[in-house]
Amino acid sequence: MTFLRTAWLVLRKDFAIEVRSWEILTTTLFFASSCVLVFAFAFVKEGRAVEDAAAGILWIAIAFSGTLALGRTFERERYGETLRALLLAPAPRPALYVGKLLGMLALLGIAEALLVPMVAFLFQAALFSRPLLLAGLLAGGTIGFAAVGTLFAAMLVRARSRDVLLPILLYPITIPVIIAGVRGTAALLAEIPDEATATMWIGILVAFDTVFVTLALWTFEPLMTE
Amino acid sequence: MNDGHLDFDVVEVADVSRHFGRRRALSHISLTARAGDIVGLLGPNGAGKSTLIAVLATLAAPNSGEVRYGNRPARRLGPGLRDRIGLLAHELHLYPELSARQNLRFFAQLYGLATRGPVDRALEAAGLSDRADEVVSGFSRGMRQRLALERALLHRPRLVLFDEPFTGLDDRAVGLASDRLRRLAADGAIVVLATHDLDLADGLVTRVALIRDGRLLSDEPASTGLRARYRALIGAT
Amino acid sequence: MRKAFGPLVVVGAALFVAAPYFIAQAPYESTMGLIQKIMYYHVPSWIAQYCAITVCGVASAIYLFKSHPVADRYAVSAAELVVLFGLMGLITGPLWARKAWGVWWQWDVRLTSALLMELIFVAYLLVRQYGGPGSEKLASATALFGTATGPFVYKSVDIWRTVHPKTTVVPTLPSSLGAPLALTSAAFVLLFVVLLTLRVNLAERQAALDEMYLALED
Repeated sequence: MTFLRTAWLVLRKDFAIEVRSWEILTTTLFFASSCVLVFAFAFVKEGRAVEDAAAGILWIAIAFSGTLALGRTFERERYGETLRALLLAPAPRPALYVGKLLGMLALLGIAEALLVPMVAFLFQAALFSRPLLLAGLLAGGTIGFAAVGTLFAAMLVRARSRDVLLPILLYPITIPVIIAGVRGTAALLAEIPDEATATMWIGILVAFDTVFVTLALWTFEPLMTE
Repeated sequence: MNDGHLDFDVVEVADVSRHFGRRRALSHISLTARAGDIVGLLGPNGAGKSTLIAVLATLAAPNSGEVRYGNRPARRLGPGLRDRIGLLAHELHLYPELSARQNLRFFAQLYGLATRGPVDRALEAAGLSDRADEVVSGFSRGMRQRLALERALLHRPRLVLFDEPFTGLDDRAVGLASDRLRRLAADGAIVVLATHDLDLADGLVTRVALIRDGRLLSDEPASTGLRARYRALIGAT
Repeated sequence: MRKAFGPLVVVGAALFVAAPYFIAQAPYESTMGLIQKIMYYHVPSWIAQYCAITVCGVASAIYLFKSHPVADRYAVSAAELVVLFGLMGLITGPLWARKAWGVWWQWDVRLTSALLMELIFVAYLLVRQYGGPGSEKLASATALFGTATGPFVYKSVDIWRTVHPKTTVVPTLPSSLGAPLALTSAAFVLLFVVLLTLRVNLAERQAALDEMYLALED
């Protein structure tokens, strides 16, 4: 009970901060759209995107803007050393992680709500032909990415060179998640949407998410002790 | 949790060492603080004061030795122990984007307190009742400081840790904060104050622990002539 | 470990000395010819790397939860060896691929996941190098995640693309090819054990030196 309450409190607090300025949301959304455009210049030939580029661009934009948002979110907790104040509270510490993770998921969810129509529109990608499967892929991939990202961003708060270390750690470990997301999405974008393949990738993502979230909950407490 | 009534009236630092590779931050420190004490941890910057405060707050683990809270080491007490500890550092542990009331409410809820009474009392003690709904980033350093102090004391901790909390404050603000500390100690709190500011410590602390390079040079009841004592043991101030 | 160190070095050295002879004796593989003999270095590098990954993952988990400095010494030593043996595999692989497949690199499962593992453990070393005080703990989380996700990395890349000979090829090799491979594999695993022991020993000496510096200050 205390666990869920604490996670909820942290999430609500982050939301209260965000609505003051909408800084992280606007910058993340703008960055995500810039990513899509930059990759469009690289992968559009003679007015058409190369095969499977749409799926790749979508997921790269999610991963890149997610990294940026993670850095900013934890910079807020570092500024007044409020992360230490949170750790000092008698609440179970993994609950702080869960609260932060939920905030990241909400933020990335909004970013995806912008990115998916944008990619569909710019690359004539039939992303909405199987909305449920796409939602499953997005949810599975985002949870996996944010689960690792939130843990690493939290632990890097007290490290030097944290800005560059976050992507260095995050990308190699989450590449399998990105692969699953990209291949699953590409399967949906084929001439005849390949539902079986997409479903299989969702299954793999669920397995990943389970491993990542379990490991993160398990290691958060020892990682946060200096 | 069965430690709802967890309490203690003495904190013992027993032979605590902490190092980062080849750099020794704390070297075999032993120190005892009792309810009613205001222990001044005095020493130059980089002496290991902040590390000791972090160890006392259970935020950092010592490499050897242990801290006992009423004869029980931290690892046997669990999260309930943190309910009895309050910390105020130079960084104020406040969210500048939120209002004073939002900051206090959030932490009150995190500590499982009622949101009304304690928050209103804290606002009053900080002298911010009429500006409670303004955002903290608009406050002066002194106002933020008072708010941060009340935030740290919101849950009425037994062990109150201060790490250079009064830098950048004017004399009047320091005087008010010092009075608040005296009242805390009189009410039975164990107060530990780490600072390099002798003017602040003089006349406020009841015990003096001088540390330099991670070593405890002396631990004695406060007396007049603190400055001379400091100079003799640590060197020029 | 320390008592067995001398004999281990001798046996390992003997295997390495004997290896060229047995490799030369082994018949040419029918389609690839001479180039196939890279296998005797390539496959054992990966076997040794897997050993190193396992040691690093387990030691990191122990360090993370028990803060035992000995575990950290094993973790960092093993991580360096993961990178070392990974480099051997990543160098011998393309050499073989160039002749066997006609290209230096194939995005197939074994290559891609090997490259990812290499990246994860290079990241481990980078965190330790540049993370500042306390980065050992952060690095151990990296190793733990890297090791735990290893099988998944493998599986997902496997489904993504497959060109590489299946793992099951190795046990069905004719014994004329398999025996030298077993020999070189044993040699590489012994090399791993010897290097690990040496590196842990070095880490212990560093720790002892740090200890002495600290004692001098006290």
